[in-house]
Amino acid sequence: MNLMQIRLPLPGVVSILHRVSGVALFLALPFLLALFDNSLASAESFAACRAALAHPLLKLILLALLAGYLYHFCAGIRFLLLDMDKGLDLKTARLSSTLVIGVSLLLTLLVGVKLW
Amino acid sequence: MVSRIVTGARYGLRDWLAQRITAVVMALYTLVFAVAIFNIPTLDYEHWRNLFAGSFMRFATFLFFVSLFYHAWVGVRDIFMDYIKSAALRLSLHVLVIVALAGYMGWATQILWRL
Repeated sequence: MNLMQIRLPLPGVVSILHRVSGVALFLALPFLLALFDNSLASAESFAACRAALAHPLLKLILLALLAGYLYHFCAGIRFLLLDMDKGLDLKTARLSSTLVIGVSLLLTLLVGVKLW
Repeated sequence: MVSRIVTGARYGLRDWLAQRITAVVMALYTLVFAVAIFNIPTLDYEHWRNLFAGSFMRFATFLFFVSLFYHAWVGVRDIFMDYIKSAALRLSLHVLVIVALAGYMGWATQILWRL
């Protein structure tokens, strides 16, 4: 069986991305906690965080993690609704998958504009 | 002699429910946090610190972290159960994740109560 020949339907893509974003956020936890710690420890360490995040690469990583969080948030709400037997038919499931991707991209864009 | 199965989702329903309850707690906190952060006039140290120093936000943030770490535990455990076939390796990874998350909880608590 060639896994590359399987074309995953959109709801399947939403599901695996939910898992991938969850793992990424889990792995980022120590760095995010360190950032949270330093941002609150003192005015000096807060300023140091700001300076560090001014670097485009770090800002991009933070934005990617924010995107992951917002995506996980939106897809999670969809799964909660599915658990409650809402939107189980194929048409609605496809529509809500598109919605999850669209809304999380839009939210990331909004936060990104604010952050940058 | 009673033989027991030492692996698998023995606490399946409880964890399934916990995964969802913690998700709702975090979703609500995210909304509260978003409103709070957008109402800050300027994001400087004083405002940022005061945001978490108030007793409501401090407790809400604490609750968020408790939910986050429990949620992460269930999620990561599910992934290990799906992909790691060796019971010994899976158990070791479980211990590693539990130790890390317990440490994060202590760390997060210390950050909040130092304010």
